[in-house]
Amino acid sequence: MDKVMSNKKMIALYVLPSLILILAIVYIPIVLTGYYGLNEWNGIGPMKFVGLDNYTTLMKDSKFWDSAKHSLLLAVFSALSLIVYLAIAMVLAAKLKGANLFRKIYLIPMLLSSVAIAQLWLKIYHPTSGIMNTFLESLGVNNPPAWLAEPSLVLLALFIPILWQYAGFYILIYYAALKNIPTSLEEAAKIDGATSLQIAYKIKLPLVLEVIKVTIVLAVVGSLKYFDLIYVMTDGGPNGASEVMASYMYHTAFRAYDFGYGSAIGFALLIICLVATWIIRKLTVTKDTIQYS
Amino acid sequence: MFRKWTVLLLTLCLVMVAAGCGGKDESGDNNNDGGTTNAGGGKVTINFMHLWPEGVSAGQNKIVNQIINEYQQEHTNVTIKQEVLDNEQYKNKLKVLSASKQLPDVGVTWAAGFLQPYVEGKLFAPVDDLLSGDLKDKFVAGTTEAYNIDGSTYALPLEFNIAPVYYNKAIFEKYNLKAPQTYAEFQNIVKTLADNGVAPIALGNKDRWTGSLWYMYLAERFAGQETVAKAIKGEESFKNADLLKAAGEVQTLVDQKAFVKGFNGLSNEEAKSEFLNGNAAMYLMGTWELPNFTTNEEIPQDFRDNVGFFKFPAVDGGKGNVNSWVGGPGVGLFVSENSKVKDEAKKFVEYFVTKWGEQSVTGAGVIPATKVDTSAIQLPQLYIDLFNEMNQASSITLFADVQMKANAAETHLNMIQALFGKETTPEKFAEEHDAAIKKGS
Repeated sequence: MDKVMSNKKMIALYVLPSLILILAIVYIPIVLTGYYGLNEWNGIGPMKFVGLDNYTTLMKDSKFWDSAKHSLLLAVFSALSLIVYLAIAMVLAAKLKGANLFRKIYLIPMLLSSVAIAQLWLKIYHPTSGIMNTFLESLGVNNPPAWLAEPSLVLLALFIPILWQYAGFYILIYYAALKNIPTSLEEAAKIDGATSLQIAYKIKLPLVLEVIKVTIVLAVVGSLKYFDLIYVMTDGGPNGASEVMASYMYHTAFRAYDFGYGSAIGFALLIICLVATWIIRKLTVTKDTIQYS
Repeated sequence: MFRKWTVLLLTLCLVMVAAGCGGKDESGDNNNDGGTTNAGGGKVTINFMHLWPEGVSAGQNKIVNQIINEYQQEHTNVTIKQEVLDNEQYKNKLKVLSASKQLPDVGVTWAAGFLQPYVEGKLFAPVDDLLSGDLKDKFVAGTTEAYNIDGSTYALPLEFNIAPVYYNKAIFEKYNLKAPQTYAEFQNIVKTLADNGVAPIALGNKDRWTGSLWYMYLAERFAGQETVAKAIKGEESFKNADLLKAAGEVQTLVDQKAFVKGFNGLSNEEAKSEFLNGNAAMYLMGTWELPNFTTNEEIPQDFRDNVGFFKFPAVDGGKGNVNSWVGGPGVGLFVSENSKVKDEAKKFVEYFVTKWGEQSVTGAGVIPATKVDTSAIQLPQLYIDLFNEMNQASSITLFADVQMKANAAETHLNMIQALFGKETTPEKFAEEHDAAIKKGS
């Protein structure tokens, strides 16, 4: 087996099938999308080449930039919430009674399908019979807001279930990373008189730094291209107040029959994601990875 | 050593080629299918895609299966293969299939604006020959026109809908109210209900076309049917004083708390349940909801007995007519231009439309686009009343989002949400409409 694996041609042969699949399913469509973006096309009839028209329209399209702003806001919130998840994971990773149960509790939302979560939160947010407003009314709040119908509140109201949905995922990743830290390090620090806060900050945090970087990229890129809960819960409304880039792309292509422009939005979304990843990579670069053992 | 790898690679290539052939073989078979049809008497498969899943539209689904079974018994050489999707998925799939020119032989379409790109892309076959054949004069006047583009008809309508305002008689009685004859009376009802803490109108404006219905009625009642039609065609500005008044009236209603709380975030289904639960007193919706208020056993009998309807009242000094309705044909059947079994498919469509007209009234409670003799069948009173109203209609204004081209329709629907949410003024609302309609496409 070693012999086979050391043969370059053999490696090429084994890599080939998945390479072809990825090319056909991911990379070629990306190039095609970029090309469709150069055309005026209703998705059905013939295409008309219009050069960079769609992209120049995009630059000036306030609706697109509004949706981009909403996506960015979601990205910021997702990235910030990682701090909370890390803290929770640290508590769970400490040998705490009942930690196992809590870990499961946090993970369960991740097992639900997006549509189920959306339906659940639609019920919670229902303006007259939802838990949220019934609760607020019982606290004596007069006329609580209709969460999903207020342009100023709708984004915030959507962020909560979105963050809630992915909390378990990140907590699990951090938990696994923290469990990987050898206990000997912690014991040694304790003998030297370190407090648990110091242990968390000086020993655990640097050791899971690589994982943190990966999760930041995951959270930011995932937020930028986020679609499902928003599509089900508000469909980008009211009047675009909760439109994100992916939903704007969908509406343009599938509702307004503008596949050319829709493709241009999709391509712009890809570029924005790439740039965001690159920036995060640059910002979080460390000279060398820390290793204590 | 080298030879071994060459052999391996060659084998791999062969496998791929074989796989490729497999794919081609299949399409070859399809071609043969088409070929034998022309010879006549051979086996024919008609692919039929529709949007009546068993769970959501039980009545319709049953009729479809019944008609297909009967057709297959009468034409033993024909097999009809169904593909059933839910409304939204259906629309998406149709678009994707049309991009790769793989539309089903027979499918469901909507009228006017929805139809346009498919016709321009030469994907639907004209069905004029069917209209001049056995189906001549079978359709209710004004239904097939909505499927007519540049002189040819591209689909045959199945349903015909108008939108009355349904109301809960029990709530009206409790507050001593009567179905309104004038708009002033209507406003009084709204005020009385709102003052008593009852939501006057159930509206799920997350779906946007629901709010569009209200605007369309107000526009018709203030400005008259012709002006509305012209404005939508781009021959008249939405800045027309009467149309501005209509848009302003929408916001007045919002200010009077006429609509359920949070209507811009509620879907039509959620709003409907407010009406069905007796939380809201009125509900403006198409006649496709009739089964829920007449025959649907899942809804309590006492509620169904309490549902009445009234015509959208005329406005004082308005140019509209109280007998003018907002509505239009629902869905129709098309035959794919690229179908290999076009003639067979057309025959099936003809058969389907005829049978549908006979069965859908009693079976699904929908109003078919074909003429039906109601005296011969037992029908709920609400249904008969609406049927009579429809026969007296002075004009029918087609749903705005169906009439407009896709892009303009999107703007219209978004602006409706903004207008109801008071994020825009009637003037700005009109401006955006004019711009979108002028832009076309």
